[in-house]
Amino acid sequence: MDQIFSKLQQLFQDVFDDDSIVVTPGLTAADVAEWDSLNHIRLILAVEKAFKVKFTAAQTGNLKNVGELAALIRDKMPAA
Amino acid sequence: MTDDLYTRLAWLPSAPADFAVTCKAIGSLLEPGCAVRDMALHALDQNQLTRLGRTITRLHAEGRSLAPLEKFRLGLIGNGTLDLLAPVLVATAARYGLALECVQAGYGQMTQQALDPDSLINASRPNAVLLAIDYRALPLSVTPGDPATESADIEGALALLKSVRDGLQRNSGATIIVPTLAPPPEALFGSLDCVVPGTLRRVIARLNDAIIASIDGSHELVLDVERLAQTVGLGTWHSPALWNMAKLPFDDSCLAIYADHVMRLLSAARGRSRKCLILDLDNTVWGGVIGDDGLEGIKIAQGDATGEAHLAVQRLALELRSRGIVLAVSSKNTDAIARTAFRDHPDMLLREEHFAVFQANWNDKAANIKAIAQELSLGLDAMVFLDDNPAERALVRQLLPQVAVPELPEDPAWYARTLSAAGYFESVAFSSEDRARAGMYEANAARSALKVQAGDLDTYLATLMMEIWFAPFDRVGRNRISQLINKSNQFNLTTRRYSEAEVAAAEEDPTVFTLQVRLSDRFGDNGMISVIVCRPGAARDWHIDVWLMSCRVLGRKVELAVLGELVHCARAAGIEFLIGTYRPTEKNGIVENHYAQLGFSQLAAESDGTTVWSLPTTTAIPAVPMIVHGSSPHAYPPALKRKARSH
Repeated sequence: MDQIFSKLQQLFQDVFDDDSIVVTPGLTAADVAEWDSLNHIRLILAVEKAFKVKFTAAQTGNLKNVGELAALIRDKMPAA
Repeated sequence: MTDDLYTRLAWLPSAPADFAVTCKAIGSLLEPGCAVRDMALHALDQNQLTRLGRTITRLHAEGRSLAPLEKFRLGLIGNGTLDLLAPVLVATAARYGLALECVQAGYGQMTQQALDPDSLINASRPNAVLLAIDYRALPLSVTPGDPATESADIEGALALLKSVRDGLQRNSGATIIVPTLAPPPEALFGSLDCVVPGTLRRVIARLNDAIIASIDGSHELVLDVERLAQTVGLGTWHSPALWNMAKLPFDDSCLAIYADHVMRLLSAARGRSRKCLILDLDNTVWGGVIGDDGLEGIKIAQGDATGEAHLAVQRLALELRSRGIVLAVSSKNTDAIARTAFRDHPDMLLREEHFAVFQANWNDKAANIKAIAQELSLGLDAMVFLDDNPAERALVRQLLPQVAVPELPEDPAWYARTLSAAGYFESVAFSSEDRARAGMYEANAARSALKVQAGDLDTYLATLMMEIWFAPFDRVGRNRISQLINKSNQFNLTTRRYSEAEVAAAEEDPTVFTLQVRLSDRFGDNGMISVIVCRPGAARDWHIDVWLMSCRVLGRKVELAVLGELVHCARAAGIEFLIGTYRPTEKNGIVENHYAQLGFSQLAAESDGTTVWSLPTTTAIPAVPMIVHGSSPHAYPPALKRKARSH
């Protein structure tokens, strides 16, 4: 899980072009000024690419915070 | 492998490891334009392109100059979400020397944006408008077995497109990029879809044919999205998930290659496509090293997989040559040994006479490429260099960044495809002169060889048996005239660009004096090599608005012959003075003293380096070493002479 978060940290900084973002499980779209619907799509595409996973629209539409996103990634990733 | 080639822009060197840091630092550079361009010349993925594109847009907003990138404004109209595309286009444009500003219409506003003269797109006065639409933008229905509805749908779609294109043309004056449509991969019957009327497969195929036929060559460019989507794979191109979620018209993995196709097209329309392919020999044109393996040892025959891979490179080079791309060799070899392959190997497709310049020696390749450019009077930015050796590629890229040097995979089977995928030779028109061009350059190279032997210049010029033809602008010449006006950079006194419509206007205006000039010699027809436009001045003056000449015929006293014709015609029209202007640009230094050398006297010099010159039409012009056919209505070269030298 730690690995997922450290990778997410990098992705968030890239997508939102902001090095000061600190990714925590409780982080939500309301906490990041640039996190609009368009950047949400860019974020999901970047996550899918980085973790080599695919989400359905229903899964990504219902996420409440980064913790849920991380859990979703963990469930999708092939077992190590 | 194949997916990677296109969607990952595999012919570009991979992105530097410190991309993010470098991208961030660009803003603090004094002259960020060059750094932006260097960065864009790498194989960036969509995230990196987005980042670079945003950086560029931010610099724009801050009013920073991105020179030497040239400003260009592109209007974007589509039926899907364009927000992901815009920054990728901006970054990709830097690869082609453009500082792009994207003006983006709201989602699904195609018709309103086109028809309203004050719409966001029209009011922004864009240089070009990209119709980034897919088949879902058009009223097409699926009616299997119903040819009448199929035809009605196609007509309806064409009419809608036409009203959009006409509206944009009328209200913005911009060049319009019209796409073909990528059919979705979902079949109704299966293979039968291509037979039964009313299937999307059939409707879109017929509609694409109609779109291509409807393109107005002087204001519109066709972007063959259907071909691009098929190349990356329709199943990859169309992502139902992304369409549903965000109305993305195609998969985000295709953004980079789509943007590259848009920009190479725009770049070609601006006359920036490359003109010369320089080939390495060992392990590029044939397998093996001829100096070590000998004539019998190199691999080039049919039936050998390696040999066939290199034959494919040769075949592609020959095909490019047949459309006007000039071929040259730069190889580390002993000249005589390298030539034996072309002379004595029965399986070689390429022969010595196909090359305009043959540089087989032990100099470094950058020096050789410079010599080739000089000999052909072409800029380094017209050159593509194909070499299997990564070290040579890196050297040339570093020393001559203007030269395009594609990365090549390890397996030579992919060389030809990689070269072709890079799209270096994208072109927006093809004329009979293009077809003959490679031959002209070879004749030119033969001329320079002769020049060395001939020694004294006048003797040499006399041996050329030149004939020059002058004629006013006309319909037949219009395409080539506007090509020259928009492409010539070096021998160009004013660098004034005319659209094809403006060329037509000059042709029809009785107060404007125009000349198109052709030259032939004993090596062949050089085609149209010079263009002149004079406009009436206040008194009995002609102002020379355009005087340009192809650098292929430099040093042959063509300018003097042109002056003779100008003076002759001016005098006949009762004109007393020719007024010439030199406007300096980065590229036209060679004509700085043009008017002084022709005996004009200087009238004025402005602070930007512009100089104004005058010559009385009573001046006697010296004789020229060629036969002159003056501009009367019947002064065209006879058809026989127009035929280019063929091999």
